[in-house]
Amino acid sequence: MSGILSSSIAKKVSMALSAFFLMFFLLQHFAINILSVFSGNLFNQVSHFMGTNPLIQYVLQPVLIFGVVFHFVMGFILEIKNRKAQGKKYAKNNGAANSTWMSRNMILSGIVILLFVLLHFIDFWFPEINTKFIQGDWSGMHDGEFRYFQELQHKFLSPLRVGVYCLAFVFLSLHLLHGFNSAFQSVGANNKYIKGLRSFGKLYSILIPAGFIFIAIFHHFNH
Amino acid sequence: MATLNSRVPKSDKIAEKWSKHKEHINLVNPANKRNIDIIVVGTGLAGGSASATLAELGYNVKAFCYQDSPRRAHSIAAQGGINAAKNYQGDGDSNYRLFYDTVKGGDYRSREANVHRLAEVSGNIIDQCVAQGVPFARDYGGLLDNRSFGGVLVSRTFYAKGQTGQQLLLGAYSAMNRQIARGKITMHSRHEMLDVVKVDGKARGIIARNLITGEIERHSAHAVVIATGGYGNVYFLSTNAMGSNATAAWKIHKKGAYFANPCYTQIHPTCIPRSGDYQSKLTLMSESLRNDGRIWVPKNLDDVKAIKEGLKKPTDLVEEERDYFLERRYPAFGNLVPRDVASRAAKERCDAGYGVNATGEAVYLDFASAIQRYGKEQALIQGVQNPSNEKIIQLGTGIIEAKYGNLFQMYEKIIDQNPYESPMMIYPAVHYTMGGVWVDYNLMTTVEGLYCIGEANFSDHGANRLGASALMQGLADGYFVLPYTIGNYLADDIRTGPIQTDSKEFDEAEKSVKEQLDFFINNKGTHSVDYYHKKLGNIMWEKCGMSRNKEGLEGAIKELQEVRKDFWENVKVPGSLNEFNQELEKAGRVADFLELGELFAKDALNREESCGGHFREEHVTDDGEAKRDDKNFAYVAAWEYTGKPSDAILHKEELEFKDIELKTRSYK
Amino acid sequence: MDLTLKIWRQKDANAKGKLVDYKVTDISEHMSFLEMMDVLNEQLVNTGEEPVSFDHDCREGICGMCSMYINGEAHGPDKGNTTCQLHMRSFKDGDTIHIEPFRAAAFPVIRDLVVDRSAFDRIQQAGGYISVNTSGNTQDANSIPIGKAAADDAMDAATCIGCGACVATCKNSSAMLFVGAKVSQYALLPQGQVEAADRVMDMVAQMDAEGFGNCTNTGACEVECPKGISLENIARMNREYLKASSKG
Repeated sequence: MSGILSSSIAKKVSMALSAFFLMFFLLQHFAINILSVFSGNLFNQVSHFMGTNPLIQYVLQPVLIFGVVFHFVMGFILEIKNRKAQGKKYAKNNGAANSTWMSRNMILSGIVILLFVLLHFIDFWFPEINTKFIQGDWSGMHDGEFRYFQELQHKFLSPLRVGVYCLAFVFLSLHLLHGFNSAFQSVGANNKYIKGLRSFGKLYSILIPAGFIFIAIFHHFNH
Repeated sequence: MATLNSRVPKSDKIAEKWSKHKEHINLVNPANKRNIDIIVVGTGLAGGSASATLAELGYNVKAFCYQDSPRRAHSIAAQGGINAAKNYQGDGDSNYRLFYDTVKGGDYRSREANVHRLAEVSGNIIDQCVAQGVPFARDYGGLLDNRSFGGVLVSRTFYAKGQTGQQLLLGAYSAMNRQIARGKITMHSRHEMLDVVKVDGKARGIIARNLITGEIERHSAHAVVIATGGYGNVYFLSTNAMGSNATAAWKIHKKGAYFANPCYTQIHPTCIPRSGDYQSKLTLMSESLRNDGRIWVPKNLDDVKAIKEGLKKPTDLVEEERDYFLERRYPAFGNLVPRDVASRAAKERCDAGYGVNATGEAVYLDFASAIQRYGKEQALIQGVQNPSNEKIIQLGTGIIEAKYGNLFQMYEKIIDQNPYESPMMIYPAVHYTMGGVWVDYNLMTTVEGLYCIGEANFSDHGANRLGASALMQGLADGYFVLPYTIGNYLADDIRTGPIQTDSKEFDEAEKSVKEQLDFFINNKGTHSVDYYHKKLGNIMWEKCGMSRNKEGLEGAIKELQEVRKDFWENVKVPGSLNEFNQELEKAGRVADFLELGELFAKDALNREESCGGHFREEHVTDDGEAKRDDKNFAYVAAWEYTGKPSDAILHKEELEFKDIELKTRSYK
Repeated sequence: MDLTLKIWRQKDANAKGKLVDYKVTDISEHMSFLEMMDVLNEQLVNTGEEPVSFDHDCREGICGMCSMYINGEAHGPDKGNTTCQLHMRSFKDGDTIHIEPFRAAAFPVIRDLVVDRSAFDRIQQAGGYISVNTSGNTQDANSIPIGKAAADDAMDAATCIGCGACVATCKNSSAMLFVGAKVSQYALLPQGQVEAADRVMDMVAQMDAEGFGNCTNTGACEVECPKGISLENIARMNREYLKASSKG
């Protein structure tokens, strides 16, 4: 593994593969969350399934954690290496003349997303782990009914948290706006047939984070 | 006057000379090649291909170039293509026809046997380059495409867009890279050869300057190959690269290599005109433009004045007010006359005051009628009924763009005018030098073990080179000729062992090189190197340019001597020896150009005839065309250095034409 | 026009270097950028100062020798050209122009604006060729038919002039456009197939060893490339690399 990953191209391909995985995860996360807008009940049932299914909990969840950590760690490794490759900085550099702000600041948007993930873990994931794996409560119940929807609504009461979430999603969108197509380019998919994918990538990068923002704001005002 | 031995094989038939010569030549066995070193100076098409091939044969090659990489040599700038007698088009081409066209195009001043050999190996060059991955243009069937070029009747030019030279050079460079990786070539980039070292009359090494550190280095070898290109920069303004220089060629001349026909210079008609005194170089546009462009100037001087003052635009002039001077003077070939003829005709009009830009040195190259012609043709093909003029122009412009798009773009970048709407302005510029170091049939100079290949030698193009033949010669010499002939010489050297660099010959050569460099740095002068280079260029252009006469040439020699004296008293070179110092590099080059320029004028004065690129005003026919004198001047003028250019001794190599009848070139 | 130039001056590879201000006057808009530099150097020589060193040779945009980072862009503000093809009409009277060398750890400065790009040569030596003997005893050129589309694409990749603008522009100093172009040229041609796997592995290994950064697909190289080499070439190299890796 380390041998393959020692080359520059292998590193970027691994970044792309982990990105594909994360983008797929993001899509399914969104699909479940958006249910909460239409039906608390449905959201509860799906959440309970996801939260208690052994395949998901014992297989997919560790894979996901690995994917997230890998993507971040590799991102930082590449950033450090690339900074070293730069040598002396230009006194004057006009990056805007040839590339987008998003493409030049993936590390910045990435760090914001990383901080957000930490917050998100503190908000939801750590309590979940605590409830299920430490206290051993796999019922998903609280006060006689499913707790998921309640917890969700509860979290979005604070305007500060909603604000932070919205801001983080903006950065997620910026990250995706470069990352989506960049991942395809990295695995070698760039020719005339793939051009159509570009607009799809744009749509995905804007609509998914916008959807998350909508969900957060929706629950802030409807409880 | 001594006579030179060209060592052309005596066998009867010209077509058999090269193959028989190869069969009977001495060879070096593979085990011995490992013990033999060869220095190659210059890494263009000739030097690069020679280095790669010699290394592949097993010799140890030490290659040198002044650029930061062998890939930058000026061969890279050749646009149009490379000739080869493949007859893929089935239009009657053959080795003989390529041979004939080249000799005729060279105005019967080249060595028959060399040219025939060139034609024989031309096909192999294409095979070789394709195998190397050179992406030549192809047709839809996947086979190689050809285009035609000026002065010939067949389509034999292979091309890679407008960048044929680049692709061929990168091919040779890749072959070099393979040998560098194998350790068979030691590459010395950013090194300039400043002298050759002779031991017992044989070339055994060079003195080179590391251009980064300024260090003077000694390099030894059993043979030395010079492949440093032409001397067009003696004119200051030319289409050569800024660094192109004659130092290696001139230094070996001073050490005993004869210099042949320096007056044969090619002035290319389709270059972008000069815009002011600050101009550093001229840009060529492919000759192929003349296939569709019509060359003209206004008929009336009043119109010229109005255009210069901006009161009229060229498009305001109707047909009757235009003078299509090539079509007028040469109805048979029209705008497609050879380069020398077209250039002189443009100069004649400009000298008479008809030049159309601010400097008075430009004529129009007009595509309007080609756009009309192609537009109507396209309208017919596409079934457009009664097309409007706008539609025709639109369709025609599309065709012109497909054919010459990159050239038009280049023109617009430099001149900032749209050549689709307003005619291009062009003017002739120095482009190639047919003259160079004299070599025998084996490409060896008059110094034993010292070889000269590519544009740097004089051998194949006579007094005028045809389009797409320079690339052919460079690669022929490097890939297919020198690697055989050099073995014939080195076969005697297998017991010599390594050449030591601590001999007195190396000491002396290094000492003189250092003395000259010290002089430049310590001379408290007043004028920059460029100041003298521009002066030199001006004299050469005015008096040894497109047309020459006795009075002018004699004046040039006198002026050049004065400029040279001034240079050695008042040149100013800043900086120090042991550092990266571009002014110091230039100083040495200009010093050599100043001497070469004088020999150039002396040769032009000696050649009392007009042939190819050499046009003497005293030797013209009644209607003003060039008049060759085969009775008295069918020889190669090879000059021996004896201390200063004015004292150079002339040696003649009589040219024999057994397979081609000497005829007057006529393009009327 | 009159201009203020802020030019990077550095005596040699080990010196520290700094930006120095110069004034040039009466510059014609028809001058090329390098001719403006010639004017400055003539001025410096005449006043007894050391002229600015800069690489240049053909001055027609094909040799790849000229470099310079002008006002924050490789080869200056115009697109699709080299510094030698840039003309002063792209600037206006009173402008201040920053002129710096191409920067990358793999391109150390030799002096002033001159940098060492020999890393590119070493990458090519690692496999940027087809191992065919130069004897001329190969098969006839037309015995290898190549589809026009592939031939044209190979040609587009082969137009790279090796100037290094891609590296200079890239925020990661990545050389992948350069290497991708060379890998692509041979990958597209049947002649290049035999050694394709070794070639891409060896060239990428050498590229990494030279200290170039990794590509993050910003696309800046493609925009600044004087010859318009497409990012598709990097994608093709990635594919070739994956293909070669899977063969082991």
